[in-house]
Amino acid sequence: MIRVNDSNGVALRFEGVGLTYPDGTEALRDVSLDVAPGEFVSVVGPSGCGKSTLLKLASGLIPETVGKVVVDRARLGYVFQDATLAPWRTVRKNVELLPELHGIEKAERRRIATEVIDLVGLDAFENHYPKRLSGGMKMRVSLARSLTLDPTVFLFDEPFSALDEITRQRLNAELLSLFLAKGFAGLFITHNVFESVFLSTRVLVMSERPGRILAEIEVPFPFPRDDELRFQAEFAAKGDEVSRALQEAYS
Amino acid sequence: MTADPYDAVDVALLVKDQEQGIPLEGSEPTSSSRFRRRLKKLVAPAIVFVIFIGIWYLLSWKYLPVLMGRDSPPQFMRSILLPYPHDVVRVAYLDSGNLLEILSGLWLDTRLAFTGLAIAISIGIATAIAMSQARWVERSFYPYAVFLQTVPILALVPVIGLFLGWGFTARVVVVVIISLFPIITNTLFGLKSVDPGLDDLFALHTSSRRVRLWKLQLPGSLPAMFVGFQIAAGLSVIGAIVGDFFFARGAKGLGNLIGIYANRLQPERLWGTVFFSTLLGLFVFTIFGSLRTRLVGHWHESAGPEKQA
Repeated sequence: MIRVNDSNGVALRFEGVGLTYPDGTEALRDVSLDVAPGEFVSVVGPSGCGKSTLLKLASGLIPETVGKVVVDRARLGYVFQDATLAPWRTVRKNVELLPELHGIEKAERRRIATEVIDLVGLDAFENHYPKRLSGGMKMRVSLARSLTLDPTVFLFDEPFSALDEITRQRLNAELLSLFLAKGFAGLFITHNVFESVFLSTRVLVMSERPGRILAEIEVPFPFPRDDELRFQAEFAAKGDEVSRALQEAYS
Repeated sequence: MTADPYDAVDVALLVKDQEQGIPLEGSEPTSSSRFRRRLKKLVAPAIVFVIFIGIWYLLSWKYLPVLMGRDSPPQFMRSILLPYPHDVVRVAYLDSGNLLEILSGLWLDTRLAFTGLAIAISIGIATAIAMSQARWVERSFYPYAVFLQTVPILALVPVIGLFLGWGFTARVVVVVIISLFPIITNTLFGLKSVDPGLDDLFALHTSSRRVRLWKLQLPGSLPAMFVGFQIAAGLSVIGAIVGDFFFARGAKGLGNLIGIYANRLQPERLWGTVFFSTLLGLFVFTIFGSLRTRLVGHWHESAGPEKQA
């Protein structure tokens, strides 16, 4: 058994964060949470509750109106709901985009890209354009792109929600092996209860708007986890626990 | 992470693509099937052409005399209004003197259209970029771009002539004015329709507007730009001919010739010239179409060769 959460300190911290839009809509209220290095935290909640907004705050795309977000943004990975690939770039060129934007020189860029493309198993497709790829492959390119900067904090905004169930499960497994290999701190937004249980060390349940954190559920299953876990009684029980908490979030 | 079990699914997807007729990289279609596809593309327009010529014959043989009344002899009506197609070919194209006159007009208008288009594309892209970078530029200049589009060119011609004379430059200005607007609007539309996700990604990783413009906005707007170029291509030929028409002095373009042949009641040469001017339009339009396919066809959804088949 590998103990993932073995370092102290906090990679990402929300301290009493609130967000009110200029039009007066209150999106988030008094959200406090910590994600430690080597922790994988999922957030589930009703749609429109401000789950994705958490990530925009964490990345600095939106400034918080109340409270404080503490995170090192120099090495932040962000995987969006869509793969958001540049259609005019090949797989390799898409993966090289972030190092390019950060001014990393060409030879180094190529080396990094080769490594992460290999890691997500797309080496045979590196010269394809996105329009020729399936949804799952596009998402893998998107993952590879975020890996190029070797992030210490990884934000995921329902990245697999548009995929079919089998592809989603496969990518869940791939993501976990990346997590084990890299040891980043993960904050994963999803509306899929079983996905959250399978991936996480901890699941947070959010309320309807304005979003607050209602429940925090530890997921003690050891790593590495494989697909067998999905058929275990404890897994189902944990899923029920999260579902129940989620149900309360709606009422 | 091993890739094998995952690749099996991906390969299956690609195989499915192939069954749907989307060619897999490395498996080019055979030359005979490509020839057949190209032939198929030509058959439909050819049929339309034959029907068109047939209607033309019918009109000049049967209906023209009926339309014009019994008093006028059909031979006369035909000779001043709508000659038979074979007479057009005989007089306009098989007579080397006449042909040379029309070809020199065609050459002048070709140069006019391409020069004007090149200038319009440069000005148009630069203007659209400036508008996309600063709201105040867009607010200040967009109304005048619309003005350029709506102003009757006829009203401007004397002014242009007054300042620039009646030569090549003045006619190029007419072409630029006519073809500028679609380039500006389509490029601006492209620059502004950036995928919001990619926009966020760039916002996270660079603060440079120049980098954002070069690596995100400009490549992303290429498909929209080419829509603008293709519309402008057709308009540029109209601009060249309209320009000729009003700048009656100076070298004779197709527009001048159309005016002259109409005045002299030389319908064979008139129709021969009109036909050449449409060919010129088609030529410029096709050039930009194939440029678009070459530059963005490999990545853009609607411009791929498989969509045209």
